[in-house]
Amino acid sequence: MEKVIIEGTPKTPTINFDMIVGLLEIKGRSIPENSIEFYKPLVEHLERYAQKPQSNTNVNIQLEYFNTSSSKCILDVFKKLESIHKNGNQIVINWYYEQDDEDMLEAGEDYQAIINVPFKMIEVQE
Amino acid sequence: MMVDIFDFYDKMERNNIMLSFKGDITSELLTSILQIMENKLDNMQEEPKIKRKVYNVLVECLQNLYHHMDEIPSIGDGAEAEKKIRSAIFMIGKLDNQYNIITGNYIRSRNVEGLKTRLDEINKLSKEELKDYYKLVLNNGEMSDKGGGGLGMIDIARKTGQKLNYHFQPVDDNYSFFSLNIKIAQ
Repeated sequence: MEKVIIEGTPKTPTINFDMIVGLLEIKGRSIPENSIEFYKPLVEHLERYAQKPQSNTNVNIQLEYFNTSSSKCILDVFKKLESIHKNGNQIVINWYYEQDDEDMLEAGEDYQAIINVPFKMIEVQE
Repeated sequence: MMVDIFDFYDKMERNNIMLSFKGDITSELLTSILQIMENKLDNMQEEPKIKRKVYNVLVECLQNLYHHMDEIPSIGDGAEAEKKIRSAIFMIGKLDNQYNIITGNYIRSRNVEGLKTRLDEINKLSKEELKDYYKLVLNNGEMSDKGGGGLGMIDIARKTGQKLNYHFQPVDDNYSFFSLNIKIAQ
């Protein structure tokens, strides 16, 4: 078990995955042309984590922008979390959206409708 | 000079074009365009809500070009004719309080019917139906090798709340020119 930190760029988010305390954070913007390539390492880390997860995992998603190509990859990340949750581990996905950003709130609700993991929608001031 | 540059300027001015580009659409170019447009929107002190919408839709429009524009054989003889051209056009402007994003790119004529059918299907859907369709494609759709998930156009229609306004212009036996005019109202 370890910590994974991927620094953000203008097109990709900062990722902080601390497998010791059970914390996954994705922050910033996710608009790469090739999102599969970007998210592949995270999905692989999650697969390893899923074999011996913490009993409690907190997930913070705080995205300013994301493109439709990333939306599929984010769903893949959530599906990995869903399987960890299904195995009896607690997981909460905190979905942050800026005040008045209805599109981002709706995007969170779309995932909430698909993924069987508790979501918490959290509004933040601009 | 073969083009009348004043005529160009005048048309762009009257349509209040903020930025336009013609040529190959590369990843680096997209990074630059997005940065320029973000600065412009900031300088215009646009409402955060509108700014986010314009930026989001712009990303999808530009990445559509990046992933889907078809190469065409170059005009010319001999070795020139062997070359392929990767070229598209993009414009963004603001007129009568609404943003216009216009893109144009070549498409193989045999793919016109398929794209037209898809766009017409999206245009038939209500706001709620678009939401459901988006979730369906998100959850069941396969990612293409081009990196697109088939979600771009649905997302644009959803975020703008307007019909996708498109046009196909036949160019020759093999190619057509596809243009898309997206409006984002205040």
